Amino acid sequence: MAALQLEKQRVRNAVLAIAAVVIVVGIPLWWKTTETYRAWLPYSEISQLDSLQLQLSVDIEVVFSRGTLTPEQQKKVPLSHVNVKEHQVDAKTGLRYKYETRYRTATIMEEDALNQPTAAEADLSLHMLSENSCGSVVVYVIPESSALLPVDVKVYVGQRRTALLRSPPFTSSWSLKEVLSNLDVDVKQVVSTMSFGHQDIVAALSNRVRMTKVNKESMADSMRTIKSSPGYEITFSLLNPDPKSHSLHWDIEGAVQSYIQPLLNKLAPIANFSVDSQILYYAVLGVNPRFDNSVSAYTLGADSLSHVINPVEARLGSNAASSNPVLNFLLYVPDAHHSPLYIRDHSKREVPSNAFHSPRWGGIMVYNVNEMYGPEAERPVDININMAKVMGVFLAQLRLMLGVQRTHPPTGFVLQSPGSAGLADWELDRLLWSRSVENIATASTTITSLAQLLDQIGNIVINDNIAQQVSSAVTSLQSAVAELEAGNLAFALHYSREAILASERAFFDPSLLHLLYFPDDQKFAIYIPLFLPMCVPIVLSLLKTVSEAKQRLADKQAKRD
Amino acid sequence: PHPGTRDQFQEELVIRPLHSGDIYASFQFRTLWDTDFLQERQKKVSHYRLFPKSLGQVLSKFSVRELHISFTQGFWRTMQWGQPFIPSPPGAELWVWFHHTVSDVDGNWKELTNVLSGIFCASLNFIDMTNTVQPSASFKPLGLGNATDHRFLRYATLPREIVCTENLTPWKKLLPCGSKAGLAVLMKSEKLFHSSFHSQAVHIRPICQDEQCTSKAWELRQTLNVVFDHYTSGQGKKEWSLFKMFSRTLTEACPLASSSKVYVDITDNPELFELSPATHLLSRAVVLGDRRTYSVYDLTRAETFGQLRSFNLLLRWKGDNMLRPLLHAERYVAGFGLQTGEIHTVIYNNHPYRAFPVLLMDSVPWYLQLYVHTLTVTSKSRDNKPSYIHYQPAKDRHRPHLLEMLIQLPPHSMTEVTVQFERALLKWTEYTPDPNHGFYVGSSVVSALVPSMVAMSTNFTQDQPLFSSFVPVKEESSYFVRVYTEPLLVNLPTPDFSMPYNVICLTCTVVAVGYGSFYNLLTRTFQVDEPSPPLAKRLANFIRRIRGVPLLA
Repeated sequence: MAALQLEKQRVRNAVLAIAAVVIVVGIPLWWKTTETYRAWLPYSEISQLDSLQLQLSVDIEVVFSRGTLTPEQQKKVPLSHVNVKEHQVDAKTGLRYKYETRYRTATIMEEDALNQPTAAEADLSLHMLSENSCGSVVVYVIPESSALLPVDVKVYVGQRRTALLRSPPFTSSWSLKEVLSNLDVDVKQVVSTMSFGHQDIVAALSNRVRMTKVNKESMADSMRTIKSSPGYEITFSLLNPDPKSHSLHWDIEGAVQSYIQPLLNKLAPIANFSVDSQILYYAVLGVNPRFDNSVSAYTLGADSLSHVINPVEARLGSNAASSNPVLNFLLYVPDAHHSPLYIRDHSKREVPSNAFHSPRWGGIMVYNVNEMYGPEAERPVDININMAKVMGVFLAQLRLMLGVQRTHPPTGFVLQSPGSAGLADWELDRLLWSRSVENIATASTTITSLAQLLDQIGNIVINDNIAQQVSSAVTSLQSAVAELEAGNLAFALHYSREAILASERAFFDPSLLHLLYFPDDQKFAIYIPLFLPMCVPIVLSLLKTVSEAKQRLADKQAKRD
Repeated sequence: PHPGTRDQFQEELVIRPLHSGDIYASFQFRTLWDTDFLQERQKKVSHYRLFPKSLGQVLSKFSVRELHISFTQGFWRTMQWGQPFIPSPPGAELWVWFHHTVSDVDGNWKELTNVLSGIFCASLNFIDMTNTVQPSASFKPLGLGNATDHRFLRYATLPREIVCTENLTPWKKLLPCGSKAGLAVLMKSEKLFHSSFHSQAVHIRPICQDEQCTSKAWELRQTLNVVFDHYTSGQGKKEWSLFKMFSRTLTEACPLASSSKVYVDITDNPELFELSPATHLLSRAVVLGDRRTYSVYDLTRAETFGQLRSFNLLLRWKGDNMLRPLLHAERYVAGFGLQTGEIHTVIYNNHPYRAFPVLLMDSVPWYLQLYVHTLTVTSKSRDNKPSYIHYQPAKDRHRPHLLEMLIQLPPHSMTEVTVQFERALLKWTEYTPDPNHGFYVGSSVVSALVPSMVAMSTNFTQDQPLFSSFVPVKEESSYFVRVYTEPLLVNLPTPDFSMPYNVICLTCTVVAVGYGSFYNLLTRTFQVDEPSPPLAKRLANFIRRIRGVPLLA
């Protein structure tokens, strides 16, 4: 009987030992060998980014020149004033605009600069005095009687970041506070012209927010604008459908150098641009233009323009050397039998530039050469294309595509044309504001959806390089938001570009595709032949041991009782 | 041409009636551009006229010095057809010399193959390190410069590549006139691919502008070679015309071309065939060691097209004869079973009295494990010791075998190179989608300077026909020839692909059974049991109990 008891004890120990080995060694071993590698991701920081509170800070400097303030009023400046506006765009996105206005009187050198005969010269000399930081606005208040501006002009916006504001009439008995509040309306208008407008910023958030409250025009602007990207390829193509009758020559190299390059140099902080050109022969438009007897010319109606691009695009070819978005500008020279060719708008009038653009794709210009050869000229006729005319149109289209929005200044405003640079500093700032916000919005959306995806599908391997990209995207995003808050626009754009690059690289990494589809039923089909015969005896004997132990306990209890 | 244009375009079609009755048509389009893609200066080449933009961008991005790519469907039968103007192996072949400033050649090569596969709609992205080799002697640059450092050379073939319309369309797009004007009008894919041999290629290299080589230019040569088998597929009549071959006639030259010519090889005329319309323009050229005469039709002249404004060439055959090529090669796999085998490469020298050396290059995938000690070279049943052997052994899953040999071919002989191999077992994910079809092994390449029957012209002239100027002739007595053998199709041991699941299930069952017995042994209690009495005894005891008699023990 004792031997039997001993044997039973041994069996019980064996069962427990085997169960212990299976649980302590087997299960962790199985777990370790079949787990997918998932590097750590900063989920908590990503979920913080999911609700985005952006603060945009603008430094405004209002400088009073001599004769705009009374001596008593002057004593009280300099002073500063902070104005904050908040907008809740949707449940997860909030905007905060912080306008920090500082008031001061003009220095002697600035007074000298303001004494120049014209506003443009004053603008230049003020620019020579001090370089204003990216994103800031300086408003010079000049006396009401100043001859710097024409009589009906209230505000002059220069090529840089300065504006001249004709002081509104006020009596010398007013306190400084009243003067400032009187000025405030005009300053606000100047700032909304030279810096961002609320509509542009909301349009830039279109990747995050469903557009409902945006007006039609900024919607059209933002849809026309090519998406933010670290680089763009600009391709000029000359389409010559009839090389037999005319051989065309264009000095594209010189034209790019003198018309396009200055603008691109100016835009260098936003993206890298590369420009190339090609000539395509026997390339035809996809539609047949209609002959209009009344003007004895061929015409393309606005409704048929949408069919022009697709057949041409097959010939354009994609850029083999990079994957940046491409902006195409096509110069189409109609063949002798189909010229002249005119583009008509919706109201059946001829478009003066004879060109049209397609949002986010590029522009097409028709260039008629029929006057350049008589009927008896020897074919092919050598034709030199007037690049100034062509580039004027393409430059305007390029500005539209890049998102340099046309601003509609309030009455009484004069905007100095940007001149040879192609872009005024404050126009660049407007672009920087909306690009930074757009980049931040896009990168945060990309990162949050990536985190969501990785969270949902446990089978995806997360390599260290992905985790590193994600973390660097998150840090860049945080720095971008912080820089925007501090008003350092240039740094904010730089970090937002880094964020977008890192987030896209993480999102589109090919290693995330492995094992995406490895369904659970197959896994169980493979495991069952091993696990079922192994687990059943263990579980049964464990149950038996437990019930025996219970029995024993109960026996002991009964014995004690 | 307008002053300031520094590029020019030429097109040319050569038609050679072959002795087998087939017709060989070879198109060549050449774009010359006086520019430099590899400028050290900051200024990039970005304004294109005749040169295709996509290829130009590739050249400057990857710092390519020379690029040769060919897509071939069918096998060139050197025995029956003689030498082609530009040889190419079946499938796709790509070889690139990179500029010596490139630091990461392998990275550039990988990216370049991906970009090219996009440009030509081909599966060049399957080129990786396992099928790329760096031949030490067989592929020298054909253009300017005498680079010898083969670290900057990459060579790969995809013998399995199927060439079809989708490869032809992007190829035609690279031509300035597309397929809208000039000779390219003839390229209708339903005719081109209804042929015994089709090969299209792109060759880019820097060359000299003139004889003194004072200025350098980039040359893009697009070639397309077709062999039509009108004799066998037709009605047995040896007669062809442009319209019959291409179902088109020519109406104009490409207006951008500075020269546009059609050459017909009439060396054997008038005994063999007659040509209409006849032309009095003749051109003599020494091509591939043979003096040939060509009728020339200049498409830039209006009188070529005649009254009908259309040019259709007609040719009728009269006789027959046969000429053997001086050098040709073939290859096959011998052996039985799925374990070992033997690759035989046979090279023929048909020259009656001259011996000459050839370079044989073989690139064999790693899954055929070559036994190099079994390498034998025999000519006229005697051992022929190669004077130069470069062998780079394969690394499993990393790189293929590369074998290069310089072999002297005795006159009028057959040289056989054999090497044994063992087939490797692949991992189950490494098999191609239809593994029972077999695995292709690329053609071996025989490069040679073949002694010429006639003196070759070493003069460099600008108006030389394109087909005779591809490989520069360095000396009068010989000419360069490259011969590709057939690709091999080798069967590898192929498993049943539901095997992994079966193996897993079987292993699990074995483990479970083993574990079960072990578990049983450990947890069962063994007791000595009283054996129960046999049945007869129990029956007797039963009866005894009824009768009240004492029971049996």
